[in-house]
Amino acid sequence: MSPAEPLVRIQGEDFDAAAEIARLTEDRRGIGAVVTFSGLCRDEAGTLAALEIEHYPGMAEAEIGRIAGETATRWSLAGLTVIHRFGFIKPGENIVLVVAASAHRQDAFEAASFLMDYLKNAAPFWKKQHLVGGGDSGWVEAKAKDREALERWQKKTK
Amino acid sequence: MTKLVYFAWVRERIGKGEENLDLAPSVVTVSDLLAHLKTRGEEYEAAFEYPEVIRVAIDQEHVDHDAPINGAREIALFPPMTGG
Repeated sequence: MSPAEPLVRIQGEDFDAAAEIARLTEDRRGIGAVVTFSGLCRDEAGTLAALEIEHYPGMAEAEIGRIAGETATRWSLAGLTVIHRFGFIKPGENIVLVVAASAHRQDAFEAASFLMDYLKNAAPFWKKQHLVGGGDSGWVEAKAKDREALERWQKKTK
Repeated sequence: MTKLVYFAWVRERIGKGEENLDLAPSVVTVSDLLAHLKTRGEEYEAAFEYPEVIRVAIDQEHVDHDAPINGAREIALFPPMTGG
């Protein structure tokens, strides 16, 4: 299957996962698997009013482009879409979308997982938590487990 | 002149998102730059109190602290990223 150039979008507005799947698969009958990952804003047990997502314009596109390109060389994909939002996002709303399409499911599953692990550590975005009742609880700290998640991909040789 | 850009709590502590600085020739690496910035006043001291946690990109690509900054057009300094 001919690999597709990854589609990367950094935007303030919401996205439609179903429309993005349709865009990747339309008229492409060699595709046998589509894996979609959607990252949503949690309400943190009712305490969170919104996440404020700051990004580095230009580098956000470039870095996710580099990660998507690496993903597309490591697995056999027919298509790959990554969308990351910025700005104020409320609980229940979308933050990030990955759609990976391949002939067989393993490529799509692993590609989506790898891409998210790398994106978490290297894509220039930062989250600030705004609380119900006003005020903020500061910037979200990077988690050690997100860094550890990278190691499994470094050990694995596909 | 080198353009410096700051994000998240680095930006908040310094009190601005970007600035242009003339850097002395003795500022050779990213580590040198972090040490130099720390001397620029209270705000900078607060932002770069723990320089080892600061992530750096030169011309929009991640670099380590031992990277040379010679020829950089834009250097970004920011906390560990929390996207996704």
